[in-house]
Amino acid sequence: MTDSSEIATEWRTPTPASRMRLLGWVARRVGGGAFVLWMVATVIFFALRLIPGDPIDAILGGPGSQASAEAVAQIRSDYGLDQPLIVQYFLAMSKLAVADFGTSYALKVAVAPYVLTQLWSTLVLTIASLVVAWAFALALTLATSGRGRAAHSVGSGLELLAAAVPHFWLASLLIILLSNTLHWLPPISVPGPLGLVLPVLTLALPLTGFLGQIMRESLSNAYEQPFVLSARARGESEWGVRFRHVLRHAALPGISLSGWAFGSLLSGAVVVETIFARPGLGRTLLSAVTIRDIPVVTAVALLSALIFILMTIATDAIDRIVDPRMKGVNAQ
Amino acid sequence: MTDSPILTVRGLSVHFARTVGPAVDNVSFEVRPGECLAIVGESGSGKSVTARSLLGLAPAGAHVSFDELSLYGEALPAPRSRRWRTIRGASIGLVLQDALVSLDPLRPVGREIDDVLRLHTTLNQAERHERVLELLDAVGVPDPALRARQRSGELSGGLRQRALIAAGIAAGPSLIIADEPTTALDVTVQARVLDVLSSLRNSGTAMILITHDLAVVSRIADRVAVMSDGRIVETGATRSVLSAPATRPTKQLLASIPLDVPRGVPLDLPSGEDTVVSAPQKPPTQPTPSASALELVAVSRRYRTRHGAPIQALDNVSLALTAGTTLGLVGQSGSGKTTIARIALGLETADSGDVFLNGEPWSSLSPRERQPLRHRLGAIYQDALSSFDPRLSVERILVDALSAGSSHAQRPLSTTDELLDAVGLPRAVRNRRPLHLSGGQRQRVAIARALAPGPRTILCDEPVSSLDVSTQARVLNLLDELQRHLGLSYLFISHDLGVIRHMSDSVAVINDGRIVETGTTNEIFTAPRDPYTLSLIAALPRVRG
Amino acid sequence: MTEILAGRLSHAPGAAPGVRGWRRILSNAGVIIALGILALILTAALAPQLITSAQPDAVSPAEAFQTPSGTHFFGTDESGRDVYTRVVFGAGNSLLIGIAATVVGLGLALVLGLLGGLGSRLGDFVSTRIVEVMFALPGLLLALVFIAITGPGVVTSTVAVGLSTAPGYARIIRSQLRSVRNAGYVEAATVLGHSRLRITLQHILPGALAPIFVLGTLGVGQAIVWASSLGFLGLGVAPPAAEWGAMLSSGRTYIDVAWWLTVFPGLAIVATAGSFTVLGRALNARARQEVGG
Repeated sequence: MTDSSEIATEWRTPTPASRMRLLGWVARRVGGGAFVLWMVATVIFFALRLIPGDPIDAILGGPGSQASAEAVAQIRSDYGLDQPLIVQYFLAMSKLAVADFGTSYALKVAVAPYVLTQLWSTLVLTIASLVVAWAFALALTLATSGRGRAAHSVGSGLELLAAAVPHFWLASLLIILLSNTLHWLPPISVPGPLGLVLPVLTLALPLTGFLGQIMRESLSNAYEQPFVLSARARGESEWGVRFRHVLRHAALPGISLSGWAFGSLLSGAVVVETIFARPGLGRTLLSAVTIRDIPVVTAVALLSALIFILMTIATDAIDRIVDPRMKGVNAQ
Repeated sequence: MTDSPILTVRGLSVHFARTVGPAVDNVSFEVRPGECLAIVGESGSGKSVTARSLLGLAPAGAHVSFDELSLYGEALPAPRSRRWRTIRGASIGLVLQDALVSLDPLRPVGREIDDVLRLHTTLNQAERHERVLELLDAVGVPDPALRARQRSGELSGGLRQRALIAAGIAAGPSLIIADEPTTALDVTVQARVLDVLSSLRNSGTAMILITHDLAVVSRIADRVAVMSDGRIVETGATRSVLSAPATRPTKQLLASIPLDVPRGVPLDLPSGEDTVVSAPQKPPTQPTPSASALELVAVSRRYRTRHGAPIQALDNVSLALTAGTTLGLVGQSGSGKTTIARIALGLETADSGDVFLNGEPWSSLSPRERQPLRHRLGAIYQDALSSFDPRLSVERILVDALSAGSSHAQRPLSTTDELLDAVGLPRAVRNRRPLHLSGGQRQRVAIARALAPGPRTILCDEPVSSLDVSTQARVLNLLDELQRHLGLSYLFISHDLGVIRHMSDSVAVINDGRIVETGTTNEIFTAPRDPYTLSLIAALPRVRG
Repeated sequence: MTEILAGRLSHAPGAAPGVRGWRRILSNAGVIIALGILALILTAALAPQLITSAQPDAVSPAEAFQTPSGTHFFGTDESGRDVYTRVVFGAGNSLLIGIAATVVGLGLALVLGLLGGLGSRLGDFVSTRIVEVMFALPGLLLALVFIAITGPGVVTSTVAVGLSTAPGYARIIRSQLRSVRNAGYVEAATVLGHSRLRITLQHILPGALAPIFVLGTLGVGQAIVWASSLGFLGLGVAPPAAEWGAMLSSGRTYIDVAWWLTVFPGLAIVATAGSFTVLGRALNARARQEVGG
C-alpha cells in the first residue's frame, strides 16, 4: 500500500524559501561534519589509551626512538599524562579545537604547519585526478555507447579492467611502459606539470572505470525514458537528444558518487605519492604510521577527514541543485 | 470536412523479431483536417506502435512496412532519414501520456517548448520567449511566466499535461497524435484537458487520439477505429460504432464498462480463461442484516510535511459499512482515501476518532491486542506485485496466509486448493511466482490470500485500477460472486466513478480529507447535492449520450 | 568501492540464486574463466606443492635476476628465489587475509546494520553515527590510522582492512532492511495477522540479508587488493614470507632492470580480485533477475 505521506509535496521548488532551506541544509551538514571530526579525534584518543603499552612510546614515535629525559618530561606535561583521563581528554580536545596538533617528537617540528605544507600537493593531485577521470569516463561512454554491441562490449570491458586494477600495480605498469621503455615521462614525480602526469593517470584510470560503468548504465536507462521520445518527436537531432537531455541524466549518479570517489582518491594518494616519491599528505601519513608518530597521524587523519567531508557536502549540494527531485520517496 | 485527407495510411504492418505474429497487421485509415480519429483497443492491441510508426519512431527492433504512408499526398520518409527532422514537430506533433516523465524532468517546461520553436522557426530568443508564454496561455496554463520556469514535477498533473500539449502544437503542426493523453489524470482535470484538445480540433488541426477509454472517445472523437490483436476490426462515425457495435472486440469493450451496468449484473465477458469460479463447499452463515461491519467515527489525521506546514489529511471523517453490502469510497488522488484505508487497517493511528470492526472497538486496541483479531478484516491492494514477498511462490503465499491468525474452524476456505478454486485460478499456478503471472492472475492471488484467514470484511484499495478494461471486468465479477457466496462486506475505494457505481450499494464522496456527501448509489449518481459531487459527475465522460 | 557496485543491488530485496540459477550463471564465459582462476588460486593456497616443486625461501644468489624462462616461469628475484613459487605460496596468505578481513568487516557491518535497520530510533542514531565516523576516513586511511595505533603485522592489517570495509557494508545492510521494512508485503503480512517477530524472521531478515552472499564475494576481491596494498606499504606480513603486495614493494626497487618482479605478483592480485568481482557480479545479476529486482 502506498504510503499516505505522499500527499505531502515531493518537489523542492527553487523559491526564496527553499534557498533558505538549502542554506539550512548546508549548515546542518557542516555541523554534522564537525561532530564527526570530534568523534574521530575522540576515538583516536581513547584507542591510544586503551591499547596495551605506554602512550608515551606512541607519542614519541615507537619504542625504538631514543628520547632524552627532558623530552619525556615535556610530553608528560604537554599531554597531562599524570592527570586523570577526563582531564587529559579535555586538554587534548581543547588543543585540537584551536588546531594545535602539538609537536612531532620524532621529527622535532610543530605538526600543524608541517602538515599544512603537504596539503596543497595532495589537493592538486586528487582534484586533477577527479577531473581527468570524469573527462575520460564521459569520453569513453559517449564514444562507445549506442554504437552497436561491439563498441559497447569494448567500452564495458575496458571499464571492468580499469576498475579492477590496484593502484600500486598500475603505477608500476605505467612506469615500466612510459618511463623505462618509452622514456616519455620521468618515473619519479618532479615539480611541474610533467611530473604530475603519471601520478594523475594512476589515480584517474581506476576511477574512470567506475564512473564509466555507472554512466553507461544510466545513459542507457535515460535513453529509454519517454521524454527522449518526446524530444525526438519534436524533430530534435540525435546529437541534440544526447547533449540536451540524456547527458544530464546520465551524469547524475556520477555527481552523487563523486563525493565517495574523492575519498577513494585520498586513500589512493597514499600509495601513489609513495611510489612516485611525491610530497603530500599520503606520504606523510605513511611515514608517520611506520614510525608510529601519533601526533602527525592524528593531524593528517583529521585534515583528510575534513577535506573529505567538505567535498561530500559540496557534491551533495550540487546534486540537489541539479536534480531537485526527492530520492527514495514514492513521489508520483 | 470534405477536403482531402492530411494523413493516409494503407497496409501498415509492424513485426518484431522476437515475437510471433505481427504487432500491427495491415492497418489502413485516413485523417482529414479538423477531424479527430480515435484508435481504441486494449493494451497490447498495437495502438501505440501504430502511432509511433507514423512518426518513424517505432520501437527498436521493429520492422515496419506499408503500401502507403503519406502526408498531404507526399510519401513520408524511411525511418532513419534526415527529412524527419523537418516533419516531426512541424507537420506532425506528438503528445504522450504522463507529462511527468514525457517532459524532461530536469529542464524547465518553457525550455522544452522553446526547443520546438528553435528547431522549426526563425524567431530570435526574445520572440521565442514571447511565443512560449502565448502558447502556455492558449492551452489554459495560468501565470505562464512563472510556470515556464518550472520543471514538470513542480506543476500539477493537469498543468503539466497542458504544457506537454503546448510543446506539441508549438510549431503549428496540422496533425497531432495524442497517445493516452489523459490516462494519468483525475476525472475533473481530464475534462479540462479534453477541452483543450477539442478546441484544437475545432480550429482545424487534425487529431489521432489513442486511448483505451471509450468514454473519452465518445467525448471528442468524430470517428473511431477499434483495434484488436494488431488489426483494425471496425471503423466508423463514433456515434454509430458506439451505439451499434458490429464486431466482438467492440462489443466486449463496451460491455466491460462498469458505469452503466447495474449492480449485481455481471460485466459481460468473453469465453475462455479464468471464468470458472466455484462456490465453497460449506457456505458460511449469512451476516445479520444491518449489522455494522466497519465503522469510522470522526476520524482525523494530520501530517507535518518536511517543510513545516501541516496537512490535514483527514478531517472528521465518518463512514459506516453495513454487513453484507459494499460501501464505495470515491475520491481523486490526494483526497485522503489511502489514509482512511491505512487507519482502518490499523497500519496508522488516527489523531482523533475511532474505528469499530463488527461493532467492537478496533482502533483503540494496541497492536498486540489487535493481532489475534486480524482475521476479521482482510485487504486487497492496488499494486498486487509489491504486496507479495518476491521470493515466494503462489503456494507458499497462500499457505503462509492460511497459517496466520488464530485457527478458527469457521473458515469457509481452508486449503490452498479451495482458495484457488474460489478465485478461478487453475491449480497449475501454485508453483509460479507472482512476477510471472499476468496482472489479472496476480490480483486473483491477492484476493485468495485476503480470503485465507476467513474475514467477513474486506477493504479493497483501488483493486482494479492498474488492470485492463476486460481484465478489470472479470475481477469485478469475481468480487461480486465472492460477496454473494461468502456473505462478505466490502469497503471499496476507487477514483473511478464508473467502477464505484457498478460495485457499490452506498457511496461516500471524499475531497480534501472531508466526506462531502454520502448516500445510496442511486441517490449519489442521479441526484447529487454537494457541488463537488456534481462536478465529478458532470466531468465524467459517458459512452452513451 | 564494493559498496558502490553492490549499492546497485537495487533496493528491492534480493535472494541468493536458486538451483536453476547456478546453471545459468555457469553458462557465461567470463564466469567460467573466473571460476577457473579461483580454482587455481585455491589449489595454490591449500596445496601449493601440487603446482610447484621449489621452496619460496630457497635463496640462490647465483641465479639472481633471471628473466622468465622454462625453468623459472616468472624469473627470479634479487636473492635468486623463484618468483613463480613465491607467487604460488603467496596465494595462501592473500586468500586467507582477504577472507578473514571480509568476515571481520561483514560481521561488524551486520551488527551495525541490524542495529540501524531494525532497532529503535536511538539504535539507528548510534549506528549511523558510528558508520559516519568510520566513513570519515575513506579507504586505506582508516586502516592506516588503526595500524598506527596498534602496530603493523598480519593480524592487525587484517583487522584494519576489515574495519575499512565495514561501514560500506553496514550502510547497504541498513538500507536494505529499511526498504524491506517499508515494503508492501510486510504491511500485507501485518494485516494478515502475523506477529511482528514472525514477519521479521520470515520476511524482513531473509529479504534484506540475502545480498550478503554477493557482498561477501565482491568484498573478498576488494579485501585482497587492500591487504596487498598494506603489504606493499610494508605494514602487513613480515618478510621473508611470500606475500604479493610485499613482493611488489621489493620489486619496485629493481623496476628498471627486472620488470618481472612487479608484473607477475600484480597479475596474480588482479586475476584473483577480478575473478571474485566477476563472480560476485554474476551472482548479483542472477539474483536480481530471479526476483525481478
